Amino acid sequence: MKLACQLLPYEEIFSIAFSLAVTLYLKLFGLFEEEWGFMDWIQQLVNGISLGSIYALIALGYTMVYGIIKLINFAHGEVFMIGAFVGFYAIAGWGLGFFPALIIAMAVCAGMGMLIERVAYRRLRGSTRIAALITAIGISLFIQYLFIYFRGAQPEAYPEVISNQTYNILGAQISSQSLMILGTSIVLMIVLQFIVHKTKIGKAMRAVSHDMDAARLMGINVNTTISATFAIGSSLAGAAGVFFGVYYTKIEPLMGVIPGLKAFVAAVLGGIGIIPGAMVGGLVLGVVETVVSGLGYSLWRDAAAFVILILILLFKPSGIFGKNAREKV
Amino acid sequence: MFFKKRMTAVLLASTIGAAGFLAGCGSDSAGGGESGDTVKIGANLELSGAVASYGEGIAEGIELAVDEINKDGGIDGKEIEIVKVDNKSDAAEATNAAIKLTENDDVVAIIGSATSGNTVAQAQVANNSETVLLSPSGTSPNVTVNDDGSLNDFVFRTSFIDPFQGTVAANFAANELGVKNVAIYADNASDYAKGLAASFKETFEAAGGKIVAEESYVAKDTDFRSTLTRIKSANPEFIFIPGYYEEVGLIVKQGREMGIDVPLMGADGWDSPKLVELAGGDSLNNTFITNHYSSGDPDETIQSFVTKFGEKYNGSSPDAFNALGYDSVYMLKDAMERAESTSDAKKIKDALAETKDLTLVTGIISVDEDHNPIKSATVLEYKDGEQVFKTKVNP
Repeated sequence: MKLACQLLPYEEIFSIAFSLAVTLYLKLFGLFEEEWGFMDWIQQLVNGISLGSIYALIALGYTMVYGIIKLINFAHGEVFMIGAFVGFYAIAGWGLGFFPALIIAMAVCAGMGMLIERVAYRRLRGSTRIAALITAIGISLFIQYLFIYFRGAQPEAYPEVISNQTYNILGAQISSQSLMILGTSIVLMIVLQFIVHKTKIGKAMRAVSHDMDAARLMGINVNTTISATFAIGSSLAGAAGVFFGVYYTKIEPLMGVIPGLKAFVAAVLGGIGIIPGAMVGGLVLGVVETVVSGLGYSLWRDAAAFVILILILLFKPSGIFGKNAREKV
Repeated sequence: MFFKKRMTAVLLASTIGAAGFLAGCGSDSAGGGESGDTVKIGANLELSGAVASYGEGIAEGIELAVDEINKDGGIDGKEIEIVKVDNKSDAAEATNAAIKLTENDDVVAIIGSATSGNTVAQAQVANNSETVLLSPSGTSPNVTVNDDGSLNDFVFRTSFIDPFQGTVAANFAANELGVKNVAIYADNASDYAKGLAASFKETFEAAGGKIVAEESYVAKDTDFRSTLTRIKSANPEFIFIPGYYEEVGLIVKQGREMGIDVPLMGADGWDSPKLVELAGGDSLNNTFITNHYSSGDPDETIQSFVTKFGEKYNGSSPDAFNALGYDSVYMLKDAMERAESTSDAKKIKDALAETKDLTLVTGIISVDEDHNPIKSATVLEYKDGEQVFKTKVNP
């Protein structure tokens, strides 16, 4: 990133971005005035937060892994996909309820994350970062197509596990599903904060992230700690997969690609390597996407996410929560 | 696997049949299609691959029609012989299959393929070799008419074209449902959906209705709530959603959750059991689709077809592809009888172009100057996840 910044004509970009921002603001403001009532705002906010909390859960895994071994784990989206399918089979095949299915999906994904780390990344720990990055992309494609090979590419419809009632709050329609998803994500995030800050393994994770060699000298088992990080991050992605299935119904083997990339944007937006940053980044991204399509620019929604990525990388590469001397994980 | 075996058997049988004939007669059958006492018709279908279910459906319909015609003495005293080729749901394979059918098998006409793309891939071969090409279910306008507006002389179809479904939906909304303010929510990634949306808009506005919201999505999207919120705030009385079942299922489900309870309508892209799984039977109540045909239509021709089909295929109920495959054979038979030839492709294609008021299972067909049939479309309503015949709309 540093290199790119030096090469680019900063002032020019800034002036273009500024004029763009002004036009966009005026345009949006005009639209809000004429079209949106208070009720629509609430509704769109609810839509955005529900989507954002799924992004946030996936982004947490990205950010934790990056924080500890400086690797962008592109196979993370596939862990999310596997979580969705494990949840699906647990619900549709074994007839389990939402919470047992969620726990099974999280457990399987935790194992999956550790396996990926053990098989693909551990051997490359000493090599260049680009080698590990390319391996991550390879693993991602490998999982996608292995999955298609064994079960085909056809989508599945998630069974309705949470009875879906709709509540009318301030004129907005809020479904019990989105409340459940939001509540469970918040609980998971609190648990994560507790693990990272109050437990021994959390302390080890913070230490390894700060300085791997020093941590090793202090007697911390670095391999176990990294495995644990992958396990925790992947289990959150698995939970996000189950939420996604419940909320959006349709799951398929390539479903992890776009949410995976969006979550990556969310992680960068919040400041990659910083846990609260991933949560905030996910929610912000969800709300921005919702507002963009809610204003009638639905075809620009995905573009909006990546424009955010580019702008953040240009102007504040360390993200919203980033400081110069970063405190990682 | 079973099907592949059957396929091989059919191919083998037809090859042996042809070889036997050649040996017995000792003459080459060049000169197009007529081999003594049979009429050779090729079937270039998707018997494996992504849309194998379409091709198989058409093949079943064709077989039923051929059995019937041959039992009644064939066309002009000659039995029909079908040469089936699998194009593996692939455009390049469809071209190869068409070359094989025209050069090696000397067919006079080809029925196929199920999708527009695979039919377009054979159009050139059909025109060059002067073989009639009849697509049972290729609904894209550019099957018969090229992009530059020129007509594919030898290419015809049995189904109506995509934009026609938009017209039918608009008429249904304006006349049967009596709505005035409607919204359109179309798949921006598909020409099919865009064509339907455009013709719906044109017809509906001509009928005095108003389009209060026009939104788009892109195939593979999963989150439609924000756009649906926007549509809802425009207060439409009816929403037209041309698209395919994967996204439509989610749109219907999410829309109903947000309290959009107005009638929703789409076209044959909705027609899949997956739609019901994705949306849920409850959400689909008060939604309508246009389709080629319904086995629940009380019409006499249709009911007799349903009975005959059930007798041949263990009581199963024929779908639109079965009906279109069946009709394709009868459309060719009608043209051959009027042309008074079973071997001259030029005469047959001229007769096909003049098809008028021919009563078939999927409607009464007249072919227009663009080689597109003018026929009625069926409107179906979803009731607790089941398609129920609603009405028939004439063009």
